Amino acid sequence: MGHMIKNFFIALRQIFIGDRSYYLWVAFLSFFILLGISAYIDQFNRGLITTAMRDQVSWGLYISNFTFLVGVAAAAVLLVVPAYLYNFKPIKEIVLFGELLAITAITMCLLFIIVDMGQPLRAWHILPVIGAMNFPASLLAWDVVVLNGYLVINVIIAFYVLYRLSIGKEYSMAVIGPLIILSIPWAVSIHTVTAFLYNGISARPYWNASILAPRFLASAFCSGPAIMLILFQIIRKRSEVEIDNRAIFKIAELIAYAMAINLFLLGAEVFKEFYSGSIHSYPMTYLYFGLHGKTSLVPWMWAATLFNITAFFLFLFPKTRENFTTLNLGCVLIIMGVYIEKGMGLVMPGFVPDTLGEIYEYSPAMSEIIVTMGIWAAGALLYTLLLKFAVPVYTGKLRFETKERAGHRT
Amino acid sequence: MGKIKKDREGIHCDRRTFLKGAALGLAGTALPLNKADASFWEVFFQKHFREMNEAEIKKVLERLEKEYEQKYKKAIKVGNEKELPGVLFGYGLDLSRCIGCRRCVYACVDENNQSRDPQIHWITVLRFKKGEKWVDLEESEKYYNPELVPEADYFYMPVQCQQCENPPCVRVCPTQATWKEPDGIVVVDYNWCIGCRYCMAACPYGARHFNWAEPNLKPEEINLQTHYLGNRPRSKGVVEKCTFCIQRTRNGRYPACVEACPVGARKFGNLLDPNSEIRYAIEHKRVFRLKEDLNTYPKFYYFFAYGV
Repeated sequence: MGHMIKNFFIALRQIFIGDRSYYLWVAFLSFFILLGISAYIDQFNRGLITTAMRDQVSWGLYISNFTFLVGVAAAAVLLVVPAYLYNFKPIKEIVLFGELLAITAITMCLLFIIVDMGQPLRAWHILPVIGAMNFPASLLAWDVVVLNGYLVINVIIAFYVLYRLSIGKEYSMAVIGPLIILSIPWAVSIHTVTAFLYNGISARPYWNASILAPRFLASAFCSGPAIMLILFQIIRKRSEVEIDNRAIFKIAELIAYAMAINLFLLGAEVFKEFYSGSIHSYPMTYLYFGLHGKTSLVPWMWAATLFNITAFFLFLFPKTRENFTTLNLGCVLIIMGVYIEKGMGLVMPGFVPDTLGEIYEYSPAMSEIIVTMGIWAAGALLYTLLLKFAVPVYTGKLRFETKERAGHRT
Repeated sequence: MGKIKKDREGIHCDRRTFLKGAALGLAGTALPLNKADASFWEVFFQKHFREMNEAEIKKVLERLEKEYEQKYKKAIKVGNEKELPGVLFGYGLDLSRCIGCRRCVYACVDENNQSRDPQIHWITVLRFKKGEKWVDLEESEKYYNPELVPEADYFYMPVQCQQCENPPCVRVCPTQATWKEPDGIVVVDYNWCIGCRYCMAACPYGARHFNWAEPNLKPEEINLQTHYLGNRPRSKGVVEKCTFCIQRTRNGRYPACVEACPVGARKFGNLLDPNSEIRYAIEHKRVFRLKEDLNTYPKFYYFFAYGV
């Protein structure tokens, strides 16, 4: 028991070890978190009227971010598959950082759901037994199950590995092997269920297309790894963690394949909508060309398309893929492209035009943007603190006290 | 003396409430600290409407009446009339008569205690240009505002909750806060709704409305005869919708919109009664239901009694 308390403080102390830039970074994030909290308190008191959402467009920036981040979380699987199943060593060594990213992304997802709720204090109504979870009828109930399950799985794997390393022992695959195997279909499921959440709604023709779930997965496998590639380079630069270039280039190659599929699926959708030209093509017409003179999303959608296509070619050719300038350019383009595509490009056309034909052009209110930035800052802070603990354990600088070791010393 | 003591108790309770709230994580802003509100936890832990027994429901209704009296200084009756046996409500709307005057819209607001600011309307009247594309609703105009109705080149179609037999909104609700009653009315438990708005995404008829802000309702505007599942005052952050005026129709009256219509375009009755007006309309007129391709089976029938 004494050891546990002591170890807890050893872990806690890590948070306070850092140079000037670390403290500046934390202060920078805290500033945005506090701004976000104050905007949220105002929203809580006055209601969601502080946002730009209305009956016509009843989901907006929050749910868009939620959708994007489910994709980021799901993409951790992209690292797990080659790492463990094919024993590709360079990636295996860095899977841990991907899992921590998944934990962060899911936490942010849950925050985005909470800030989107009209009655957040009643969140417990969605739980089984004490609440009245509408399972299996409601896909949102499914989402609660799979997201929380995914969070638990990743927390167990990451912290078990870290714990074993911190007491100077190898982790046992017999213990986490089954969990890792489970996490692969589970990661696919969080994204599939989230896609089905939209997909199952016959009232919204844009969502009610079977291509939605596959496209969701394909674009997630682009944006998630792109974020990881950037994080890996930062981690490598800022600590003694060694990340093999081969791992980075391999992931970039996988992104190229995922983007190829994503673009193909987009093309399939564009063909079907515009060739058949039924009234169900209105949402997509609104996205890419505008409808009845309402064109606010048009530049964004073309930019996203351009970003994604450019990034695809950057990742396709080994020459640009293995050059860090073009690699990072590709990563940034993909993150922006998929963020637009998954956010505005997916949630908005479900509501525009609305079920009675009205076009309400939504663009997020300042208060919504501030809350959103607050949650992103909270996510960045969480990931920073997780790394603050995980990196020294990983490099062997941080070791916990154990009975044996305490014994050795005396 | 007695009053002071009571106040003290109030403060004490407040502090405890506050600490508990803090433990829940979302404290502070969440709690009505200005009113020493002992019923906060009673409200917080209120059970799902359909899981309460008669005694529990009675207690909740009394508490709500007390809450409303404090808030609006009016004696509001919150009823819980059950469905009538052998009744399945159905609605008919004669498009050949409708003149687009929106009297139904405002009669509904008065009857059902909707927020006046921001405005919430359970009925939307759509205007269409004659001779143009119609049924996809894409060309409709919701905000028409002429000097006089009806206008020569236009016709009108009011849309409200279609009380689907297969309601997509009920299926998607993650907390079972909305359901279809045995007499076919789709209702919402405003004290159970978490405000996720999934039902609004799922409704093909734009019939569900959200309280984006605390509803504004002047005491003198309130309809004092209410139903728990119907027109009782709502709070911010919950979804509401047309209930065929459950507080009226379960007591043998017509919905307010039916009574308000100056041209008799609105028909209402029991679908299970072969002699009802609604059954007559369905059997003798050319009826259709909105977006039938979605298999929602609305109990709201549009028809044309005569040609124009």
